[in-house]
Amino acid sequence: MPHDGHDHHDNSFSETELRVKALESLLIEKGLVEPAALDALIETYETKIGPRNGAAVIARAWRDAEFKAWLLEDATAAIRSLGYMGRQGEHMAVIENTEKVHNLVVCTLCSCYPWPVLGLPPVWYKSAPYRARAVRDPRGVLQEFGTEIGADVEVKVWDSTSEMRYLVLPLRPAGTEDMDEAALADLVTRNSMIGVEMAKSPGAGT
Amino acid sequence: MNGGHDLGGMDGLGPIIAEPEATEPLFHHEWEKSAFALTLATAALGFWNIDIGRHARERQHPVQYLSNTYYQNWLEGTVTLLLEKGLVSADELKTGKAVSPADADVLARVLTPAKVAETLGRGGPATRDVAQPPQYEVGQKVRVINQHPIGHTRAPRYVRGHVGVITGLHGGHVFADTAAHGDPRGEHLYSVSFAATELWGDDAPKTDHVLVDLWEPHLALVG
Repeated sequence: MPHDGHDHHDNSFSETELRVKALESLLIEKGLVEPAALDALIETYETKIGPRNGAAVIARAWRDAEFKAWLLEDATAAIRSLGYMGRQGEHMAVIENTEKVHNLVVCTLCSCYPWPVLGLPPVWYKSAPYRARAVRDPRGVLQEFGTEIGADVEVKVWDSTSEMRYLVLPLRPAGTEDMDEAALADLVTRNSMIGVEMAKSPGAGT
Repeated sequence: MNGGHDLGGMDGLGPIIAEPEATEPLFHHEWEKSAFALTLATAALGFWNIDIGRHARERQHPVQYLSNTYYQNWLEGTVTLLLEKGLVSADELKTGKAVSPADADVLARVLTPAKVAETLGRGGPATRDVAQPPQYEVGQKVRVINQHPIGHTRAPRYVRGHVGVITGLHGGHVFADTAAHGDPRGEHLYSVSFAATELWGDDAPKTDHVLVDLWEPHLALVG
C-alpha cells in the first residue's frame, strides 16, 4: 500500500509508542539523556528553525543583487550572515531557477534536507515514492504538485548524496517590483525552495 | 549496500501523498518528537558519526525499512547503535529498567539543555583537508565505478556504471563510505551531472539532468 506515514499502522504505532516511551525512560534512568535537553531540541525545530528562515534568504536575494551573487557563490557564508547555520546546513549550495532551468532537490538514499533554512522535512519529502521517482520522472512528480515545466526548459534534479545541502532560489514572480522583503518572503513557500512548486504570485492567496 | 534505502528509480510505490504545506504538522504523533530528540541526544554522546547512523538504519531488512515511517527507521537505527556501543543492554531494553547507570566518562558527554543551541549551531562540518590535489576538473567525463560494496556507500545504484560530467568541486569532504566503518578520511567531493537519457534510456527528456555528489574513489576517467 502507499506509504503515507500518518494514517495507517495504528497497531504498529501504538507498539512504537510503547517502545519509544520505554527507551526514553531507560535512557533517562541511566543518565544518558536529560529530559530538558530533549524538550529544547524539539522546541528549537517547533519554534526557531523552519522554512520562514529560507524565505527570508530568498526574499533578500530577490531584492539585493549583491547578496544574490554572494549566495550563489558562497551560500554557507551568505546564509550564515542572516543567522542561519549549523546542523544539516553546514555546507550549503543555492541553485537558481531561470526561464531556462528548473531545479528540484531530493535525497534518494535517506532524506537529507537543509534544516537551518527549511526546518525538518515534510512527510512526502521523506516518502519512498518521492525518493524513488524524483530522479526517474521529475516532470511527472512536478505534475503531481500542479507544476508544469515547458518541454524547452531543462529540469535539473539534485540528489543530496553528500553533506552538501541544496536550496532552490525560485523565480521571482512578476508584479513584485515594488514589494519589500517581508512581503516577498510571504510569496516564498517551502515547496518552492525544494523545487516542486513555483513561488506564489502576489494576490494569489495561499 | 544494495539495501531497501537505495530507492532512486524504483517503480510501483504509488503516488506522492503530500499534505498541504500550510497545515501539515511538524510531528504527526507525540512519540515522533521523542524518537527525533532521543536520536539527536544520543548521537551527541559522540559514539557514532552521521554515516554510522545512516548505515544503522540501512542495515534493516528491506521489508521492515520500507514498511516503517521515517521516525520508526530513526528509532531502529538508534536502538541498534545503543546496543552495539554497549550503552544499553538487551535486557535493559526488554524490561525498560536500568541495571546500572552509565559510566562516569559517558555521563560527562551527555547533552545538557545549556549545550543544545551551541551543538545544533555548530553541527558537524564535513570538510577535510586532502593532501593530494583533486584528480578531476570541471568539464571532464567520468564513469561511476561499478561496485556493490556490502557496507555503506553514498553512490546510489542508479548511477553506477554510468558516465557523467564533472560540474563542480566541493573540496575535501569526509568520505561517507569509509566513515560509516570507522575511517572518516577526507576525499575530494564532486558534483557530477548525468543526462537523464544516460540513466533512464532514450525515452527520458533530452533536456534533463540528474546531479549527484560523488567522491573521488567512486569515479574513473573516461577516455
